[in-house]
Amino acid sequence: MHALALLAASVTVIGAIMVITRKVAVHAVLYLVVTLLALAALLVMLGASFAAMLEIIIYAGAIMVLFVFVIMMLNLGQPDSAREKEWLRPRAWLGPGILAAIVCAELLYCISPLSGSMPSLASITAHDVGLSLFGRYVLMVELASFLLLAGLVSAFHIGRNRMENR
Amino acid sequence: MPVFSFNDTLLLATILFSVGLAGVLIRRNMLFMLMSLDIMLNAAALVFVGAGARWHDAAGQVMFLLILALAAVETAVGLAIILCLHARGRPTLDADTGNLLQG
Amino acid sequence: MGEILLPLLILSPLAASLILFVTAGRMSAYAVGTVACVSMGLSAAISIALSILLLSGPATGIVQTILWPWMHIAGFSADIAFMLDRISMVMILVVTIVGLLIHIYAASYMRDDPGIARFFGSMTLFVASMLVLVLASDLLCLFIGWEGVGLCSYLLIGFWYDNPVNTAAARKAFYMTRMGDAALLCGLLLLATAADSLHIGTVLAAAANGQITPTALNMAALFILIGALAKSAQIPFQTWLPDAMAGPTPTSALIHAATMVTAGVYLIARLHDLFALAVPVMALTAVLGALTILMGACTALVQSDLKRILAWSTISQLGYMFLALGCGVWQAALFHLMTHAFFKALLFLTAGAVIVRTHHEQDIFRLGGLHHTMPGLTAAFVIGASALAGLPLVTAGFYSKEMILSGVWPAHFRLIHELMLSGHFLWGMALLGAFLTALYIFRCVFIVFFGKVGTTATGRTSRLMTIPLACLCVLSLCGGIIEMPTTFPPLHLFSALLDPEASHSHADEPGWLVLAGAVVPLAGLGVAWVLWGRPSPVMCEIPGQAAVIRFARTGEGIDVLYDRLFVQPFRFLTWLTRHDILDYVITGTGRLTRTASTSVLRARSDFLGTLTLWGTNGIRGADRLLGQIQNGRVRWYAAWIAGGLCAALAMAVLS
Repeated sequence: MHALALLAASVTVIGAIMVITRKVAVHAVLYLVVTLLALAALLVMLGASFAAMLEIIIYAGAIMVLFVFVIMMLNLGQPDSAREKEWLRPRAWLGPGILAAIVCAELLYCISPLSGSMPSLASITAHDVGLSLFGRYVLMVELASFLLLAGLVSAFHIGRNRMENR
Repeated sequence: MPVFSFNDTLLLATILFSVGLAGVLIRRNMLFMLMSLDIMLNAAALVFVGAGARWHDAAGQVMFLLILALAAVETAVGLAIILCLHARGRPTLDADTGNLLQG
Repeated sequence: MGEILLPLLILSPLAASLILFVTAGRMSAYAVGTVACVSMGLSAAISIALSILLLSGPATGIVQTILWPWMHIAGFSADIAFMLDRISMVMILVVTIVGLLIHIYAASYMRDDPGIARFFGSMTLFVASMLVLVLASDLLCLFIGWEGVGLCSYLLIGFWYDNPVNTAAARKAFYMTRMGDAALLCGLLLLATAADSLHIGTVLAAAANGQITPTALNMAALFILIGALAKSAQIPFQTWLPDAMAGPTPTSALIHAATMVTAGVYLIARLHDLFALAVPVMALTAVLGALTILMGACTALVQSDLKRILAWSTISQLGYMFLALGCGVWQAALFHLMTHAFFKALLFLTAGAVIVRTHHEQDIFRLGGLHHTMPGLTAAFVIGASALAGLPLVTAGFYSKEMILSGVWPAHFRLIHELMLSGHFLWGMALLGAFLTALYIFRCVFIVFFGKVGTTATGRTSRLMTIPLACLCVLSLCGGIIEMPTTFPPLHLFSALLDPEASHSHADEPGWLVLAGAVVPLAGLGVAWVLWGRPSPVMCEIPGQAAVIRFARTGEGIDVLYDRLFVQPFRFLTWLTRHDILDYVITGTGRLTRTASTSVLRARSDFLGTLTLWGTNGIRGADRLLGQIQNGRVRWYAAWIAGGLCAALAMAVLS
């Protein structure tokens, strides 16, 4: 059982690393899907099966499809891949990579005092989440709806073809 | 079922977050930057769910849901911006060329 | 019974609106008009039934229904709930009956417009929102209606969106009222935190038993007043209403004369117990109302566009209502609201009919002598004008204005210890306003309908348009006799209706007050006759192009002022942020030092020169570094954030 968790975690991390190093965008999207699926498996192991389902349906399903559509519309080709390769030379990634590594190290150092784990109790079902969501956090839901509406409007506004409307 | 302790969750989330951060910093292609941002958001969401499981509180998953909404909006708007820039004849999607404001 | 009828009253126009929007112009113009009119007729019938139900019950009885609880959070709850009491009864009667008449008129008026489905969809949606506003028993629910009517107003002002002028007017109206809405929301939040609920009864009870601190109460009342001022186009928000005349005429009649602009009056009348405790705000309301009366009347006096005259007159008449509210005689405000809805709708609809028959000519100086070709419309307009001016005894406007004047006279405000604001002074202003009202509206009558013949009129006014006009004529003439001045036979149906327990104790006022109120409009009529009406009028045109008159005529003086006060500074700020003033300063410093060092070098003072050169290089380096920080590249910004995170974590770790 623990081996399974370890496997999922390593798939997640490796997938994420693959995402940020690919040259072709479609490959990166596929790796991201793998990462998200592995993450969903981890969520199941954490007892959050509802969140895992949402992760698969909305994240790996809907949002990634959005990425795929946009990549199709952008029509990236061979020169792009070569350019990505050019942009991925060690000179370009060394500095930021070190910075990120420092952040990672510091964060890891910071969380180490939190060790001494407690076994997680029974899983949290969709029922509990729903009660909490529409009970204490109902205003948050309203705010999220505002955010989604704003996103919808702005995406529509930005994305429409300006030349047509001139 | 102590499959995955909170500490392990934090560890994984940290690594995931750093990988995402590195992606944002390294890549010049805006598409990849968006994907890296999604990875970072996922790391944050993982911490919330982990904490929810640790203290057995549904609030963790509520936060996960809200992060999901945030990610959806962020991706949609970001991709719309990319499409818009691409349509305006900036085919490289290079984030570093967008530093000049044009009214 | 009432619990079922109450939601139906709102549902009927809402359903019509949904039908009209969903079919999106696939119905014929006739069908569209029928759907809208039937729904409005239904809701008028329901509102009459509800009124009978309410009046047959006990004097303080209300009909209320809770549709569903909106939100329950710790310390706060709100419901979607409706309540019908006597105040809202008056309003729903006005909204549905006047609305029905205007819809019937509009079915004929808009018959040939391609966007008729959109028009009636917005109109019925407006009526539904207005009814929500009126019936809401919860201030948050009221706010839904408040925003809904604002939206519909926007949609209808910009109805003919092909013309950029119209869309600009719509935007202006939307922005101006939006400022008030923000203030109203602030007021509601204050009340919600103070009273833990926005249910009107709870809020008023909390205010009455001192649960709200005086400061919070005054602030809340002030914010609500600002919201009401913006909605009702009072000083200082008056500029949007004249531009709003860009919409179709039925819209102007329904939204910008009869109902929506009176929402502010209704809101304050609804919360009159709260406002009664906030004396400074009451005084402010009264003063702003009185100022608006005079300002609106003076501006209307120099306008040359028929609809704009009516718009400014609406502003001025709303000023009367605010004056009455400020003096605490909210019954009079509601009474004037009702009669004003009748005669202003009549005036607008008549003006619309005139404008249609003269091929969209709105300039009163190009119209003229219309009583030859359209005697019926002339009669209707004269009736409306008499009611607006308040000609004594025969018109509705006289009684309502008289009620306001007699209520204003005894009012007094103790602002600070010594400073008193007497109602006598406000009464004088209102009386002057009444004189000006008669003057400007009969100027309009004499120029447009009498005098020398201008544009030729064609066609006939259709039967469908004359019926509402006739109904409104009757209402404008007889709508007022339900409430008599005190020196007259004691007939006080209206105030008894609103406030059954109140005694009519202001019987000790001098009789000459009523006389003054009766004579002044007649004097205005006489002066108007001398100036514009006689066969050889004193003034045919507006005298000269004096700066004051030009300023007032367009009403744009205020716009220019607002532009200078608010828009230009904002533009300057955006200019500043765009041109990155900090960058200029840094570059300038660097350049200055460099020039200085070069000149010093030229002086060949070795040591000093080298020193200055170092200084220059240092500053240039700093300049370049600062420039690097804000190079506009997203990745660099992200890197700076990451670096900051790094540093903060390091500090947390090391400390």
